[in-house]
Amino acid sequence: MATAEMYLSQSADIAARTLGDDTLIMSTLDSTIFVLNSVGTAIWNAADGRTPLSQIVHDRVCSEFEVTDEEAYADAREFIGQLAEHGILRITQEPVSPTEAQ
Amino acid sequence: MGNTPGQLPLSEAKVRMSLTMPLPEAPPKRDVVIEIGGLPIEVQTTDPDFERILWGRYRDYIRPGTTSQFALHVQMTTPDAFDPDADAEVWLEGREWRMERGDFRASFDPVARRGQVNQSANPYSIDSVLRIVHTLMLAPQGGFLLHASSAVRNGKAFLFSGVSEAGKTTMARLAPPDVALLTDEASYVRKVDGRYLAYGTPFAGELGQPGKNISAPIAALYLLKKAPENSIEKIHPAEATQRLLRNILFFAHQPEMVRQVFDAACAFVAAVPVFQLAFFPDQRVWELIG
Repeated sequence: MATAEMYLSQSADIAARTLGDDTLIMSTLDSTIFVLNSVGTAIWNAADGRTPLSQIVHDRVCSEFEVTDEEAYADAREFIGQLAEHGILRITQEPVSPTEAQ
Repeated sequence: MGNTPGQLPLSEAKVRMSLTMPLPEAPPKRDVVIEIGGLPIEVQTTDPDFERILWGRYRDYIRPGTTSQFALHVQMTTPDAFDPDADAEVWLEGREWRMERGDFRASFDPVARRGQVNQSANPYSIDSVLRIVHTLMLAPQGGFLLHASSAVRNGKAFLFSGVSEAGKTTMARLAPPDVALLTDEASYVRKVDGRYLAYGTPFAGELGQPGKNISAPIAALYLLKKAPENSIEKIHPAEATQRLLRNILFFAHQPEMVRQVFDAACAFVAAVPVFQLAFFPDQRVWELIG
């Protein structure tokens, strides 16, 4: 059975900075801090609201790191779920326009 | 109805009486200018007991005869509750910051540079208000107050930060005689002409004594961890920034303020080396510092 596609947008309610391979993100709503490693940073940077998660995983994760699409997709879903819980990332089932993504 | 000749109408009599009676004398001002981190704030009071409290607590930081563009007018009131260890609530209302804890209620307008404090004559409430006002003034300039002890050795400042029990006061207690302590509780960090300076503060922790009122360029920030042996390890910037952010005194969780503090922490870590200092609590740890 096909799984519904997911699209990711970065929240406007954050402050973020890439430091080396890692990205530090702080929620301006509850001051929660996240440090993303290089894989997380790759997903974060691709979260433009228009690229489906499956494509992000395939293009940015599997091509760069030695991992299968299935494994990477399962890990990515868990990862984006945690960010979404804190309002860092927005997940939609349809692509969003650049203005909506903000 | 006319007035009897020779009699004043009642209302006029009252006016004349009020003009001729001496006005109650205003209590003398007992204002005190407290300068921390190079920022003088005039604490305005007419209460002699409170003035004595201020002199007792901030003696080395009081600047008699100095004028200040910043003022806090303190009104003596009976507090609803008294728990200086409780967290203060800080929020923005219009352009004014509001601060509240059981023992005080205060406001501060950063544009007018004026504020009002309602508290009883005690040192803890004004101490908290001063800490909050300083953090609000520092954030837009890239500075902050940090849960850290700090000290100056050979003209350079060193910061020792960590959570409660990490060893901030222990490092201060173990300092050899050639070290000048800036604080054992809340370090004052300012960015001046592109350099980070640490200033002494009167904000004392367990040591119970104010820091020396001097400043110096910051040479390093050490994040403390007690261990069986002493060791120093450089920390990766992302982890250093994350741990620094956890220790910055941060009262106002307003989005713009959060961004300013975040940017300040990132910029600090880019400019100042940050290490993990695992230490055994004896004097040998100071052989690694300076």
